[in-house]
Amino acid sequence: MSTVTETGILGNTENHDIKELDQVTILFAGDSGDGMQVTGSQFTDASVVFGNDISTFPDFPAEIRAPAGTLAGVSAYQLNFSNHDIRTPGDKVNTLVAMNAAALKKYLPELEKGGIIIADKTGFGANELKKVEYASNPLEDGSLSDYRVVALDITPQTIAAVKPSGLGGRNAERCKNFYTLGVVFYLYDRPVEPTLEEIKKRFAKKEPAIAEANVLAIQAGYNLAHTIELFKTTYRVRRATFEPGMYRNISGNMATALGVAAAASKSGKNVFFGSYPITPATDILHELSRLKHFGVLTFQAEDEIAAVASSVGASYGGAIGVTCSSGPGIALKSESINLAVMGELPLVVIDVQRSGPSTGMPTKTEQADLLMALWGRNSDSPIPVLAPATPGECFELMYEACRLAVKYMTPVMFLSDGYLANGSEPWKVPDADKLKPFEFGWGLDPASYKPFIRNPNTLARAWAVPGMEGLNNRLTGIEKDSAGRISYDNDNHQRATDERFGKVAKMAQEQKPSVVAGSPEGDLLVISWGGTYGATLTAVEEVAKMGKKIGHVHLRWLNPLPPDLLAIMKKFKKIVVPEINVGQLAYHLQGTYALPVSSYSRVRGKAFTVGELVTHFNSLLA
Amino acid sequence: MTTEITPSKKFTPQDFHNGTVVRWCPGCGDYAILAAVQKVLAERERPPHMYTFVSGIGCSSRFPLYMSTYGFHSIHGRALAVATGVKAANPEQEVWLITGDGDCLSIGGNHFIHALRRNQDVKILLFNNEIYGLTKGQYSPTSRLGMVNKSAPYGTIDEPISPIRLALAAGASFVARTSDNDLNHMAEVLRRAADHKGSAFVEILQNCVIFADKVHEDYYGVKTRKDSLLYLHDGEPLLYGKTVEKGLAVDGFRFKSVETASHRDQVFTFSEKEETGAVASMLSKLSHPDFPVPVGVFRCVPRPAYHEMLHGQIESARKANGEPDLAKLIRGPKTWTVQ
Repeated sequence: MSTVTETGILGNTENHDIKELDQVTILFAGDSGDGMQVTGSQFTDASVVFGNDISTFPDFPAEIRAPAGTLAGVSAYQLNFSNHDIRTPGDKVNTLVAMNAAALKKYLPELEKGGIIIADKTGFGANELKKVEYASNPLEDGSLSDYRVVALDITPQTIAAVKPSGLGGRNAERCKNFYTLGVVFYLYDRPVEPTLEEIKKRFAKKEPAIAEANVLAIQAGYNLAHTIELFKTTYRVRRATFEPGMYRNISGNMATALGVAAAASKSGKNVFFGSYPITPATDILHELSRLKHFGVLTFQAEDEIAAVASSVGASYGGAIGVTCSSGPGIALKSESINLAVMGELPLVVIDVQRSGPSTGMPTKTEQADLLMALWGRNSDSPIPVLAPATPGECFELMYEACRLAVKYMTPVMFLSDGYLANGSEPWKVPDADKLKPFEFGWGLDPASYKPFIRNPNTLARAWAVPGMEGLNNRLTGIEKDSAGRISYDNDNHQRATDERFGKVAKMAQEQKPSVVAGSPEGDLLVISWGGTYGATLTAVEEVAKMGKKIGHVHLRWLNPLPPDLLAIMKKFKKIVVPEINVGQLAYHLQGTYALPVSSYSRVRGKAFTVGELVTHFNSLLA
Repeated sequence: MTTEITPSKKFTPQDFHNGTVVRWCPGCGDYAILAAVQKVLAERERPPHMYTFVSGIGCSSRFPLYMSTYGFHSIHGRALAVATGVKAANPEQEVWLITGDGDCLSIGGNHFIHALRRNQDVKILLFNNEIYGLTKGQYSPTSRLGMVNKSAPYGTIDEPISPIRLALAAGASFVARTSDNDLNHMAEVLRRAADHKGSAFVEILQNCVIFADKVHEDYYGVKTRKDSLLYLHDGEPLLYGKTVEKGLAVDGFRFKSVETASHRDQVFTFSEKEETGAVASMLSKLSHPDFPVPVGVFRCVPRPAYHEMLHGQIESARKANGEPDLAKLIRGPKTWTVQ
């Protein structure tokens, strides 16, 4: 027997099997307008509050509203939640929510054999089937016999359920994502109440009818699944054990933005954030433009070049210049970055990497800007390059990028990627008081000041800011002598070039010793960087469990490389670098250390699966 | 045009020179502009360390390297973007920008229109010599049709752009023109530009003695200028000629030249504040030899400066949100605690 609780949800009485699972991957997929990102993030919130570890990845088209019902218009949200530490959104999907035929067609290959398909029958009408070239309805023709199909009348039932709210027509239909959420909540035994509360809180004031309709839709979906015993078995994923502390859910772009705001807040200087909209980096501009009161001057420039050039100007003016883009924009910025190299000004360049040359695949991830970051400017122009490993890590590394740009008076490249930018994870909230202080303001005695006087500890030049009396100076992109005067002297150029390289090399002192996961020496060393961290480490751990002598180093510093890396590399018989490009880090490591390094390269616009890496590592160990 | 001048006893023009030997070609018009700028700055109360001179690349862009102020000689075409950042970061600074016809209108054209529409508080001095000098004599976006030069041995086929017209179209709040061979006029215009709040755009007709010598001579020459230049004065009639014998009258959407003896009543009275900008635009189309070339202030209207609005938003955000609380920001809207 079921009893209706105060929230209108049937009590989940034990009249069916409940199976314990360690982790589950759900993929919500539907048309761009179906609200799948909302559904996914609501389920994510419910899971983190419940205490699961999670890792998510939204996968949406570049087109804002591609034609309804087409493959191009499918928007999806993948979520992995677990009772243990996880680092990826999951290799194979256990449950696929398909709001229409296109969603099913696009994501069926991701679903495990025996997996659950929850489908809205309305999205499988003759028209929808035709648009994606299904000759017959896969929900009925037996082609899905390897899976457990739960086909529901989600659309009409949602419309009926939300009637009491007064919502009708298209607005009523829009609630179908919440109806679906109710069904999935039941399937995975999630507590519904926090979500209902949040919806009420969010919409109640402005749009009470929508709040009521969404609540009704969730209740209806949940209760239907319960009443008709939609699933013979439901599933439960218990809480994960986390290190004690306060947590929040965070995406890479959000963490990056907070890192910039923290730099403005802690440095006592304004950050000037010059940016031009580009996928997938723009969220950082959106977020920071709301944080002006932290001392962040956001400037939406007329183009990518103005975005970086104004940031360089701001640094000359005494703020911390930060610019933000993705690959095509970074290509446009290279001349201005070199002005900051030559003028030795602080500048942080955020590159949220995306797939492919030219426009490529803007919403898909890749790590193929590494060599551009290292070498993609005219002449010899060294800059430090940092890359975060996880969404949460974007915060501290971004803060560090700003701090070091000022400390060493240099541009710093920050290589995020689409996977980190949009993916999210629970993040232990750091203590803002423990962030390292900024260091500047030395060497400014007018009696001894020279524009290129250097700090012996960092080789940074002194930062005199316009308005400081007695320190008036003229900066130029032309080569200079050590007093800052224009010089075309041959030997002087050699000296100045050596100094620029020497300064960046000095930044090795900022690095912590490398952490070698798995075996500290042995048969195979895996070196990864950037957003592939989670999948790579998980794969290495799996292979290590099989008794193989495999080790793993993950690089946050791509320039200068960790000073202890060569010694670690020499302790292994083979070295492999998995990366989502055609082997750029592998090439760089071979060039730097003259050791053989093999590459595992896949450029499909998506993250590695743990499984493919395990297979590859094992093949190298065979 | 009359400007109150209260000469400061604080500075001399030499105080604005940094002692470096100036290395433009002998006879280059840039020397006179440097002298005029230093003269005007010396008249004011503001000390050298409260100025930043920004430039791009080109002959004119070496200018900041001769000043005793702060200066940033940046990269080709991007000086206005750089200056935008300097002013935003350091609003106490008075930012001046030195650029040329190639730097500003060709490679930097995009930044030019956007700086003007935003009303960035930057004094923009465009040295227009109608040629690329530093790269040794190619045609520029202001070179006249048919001009023969190194990259156009058969004459240019590119329609030249009018800097004044472009500035007006971009919504500039201050637009003026002067010439490198008239120190007094230059100083008057520069004073006005210096005192303007927001973008102050000044086209300086400048002579390149090497690659486009005497390009402006026909109208701005010492002997011809009285007949062929039109000196704009706010609130005064558009009169010109050695004996002020001619004036401009409105004829439909254009000006026509009239004899003052017979048609004095038709002569148009100029206002630099004219609301629509139509008069300034009509003036910008006047060219030698059919018409006198206007010099002076075409347009001067009040508009809020960009840096004021930018910092104003920070102030109002602080008022609305209270003192920034970094720890609270990092926590975000929803947290949970693991014991």
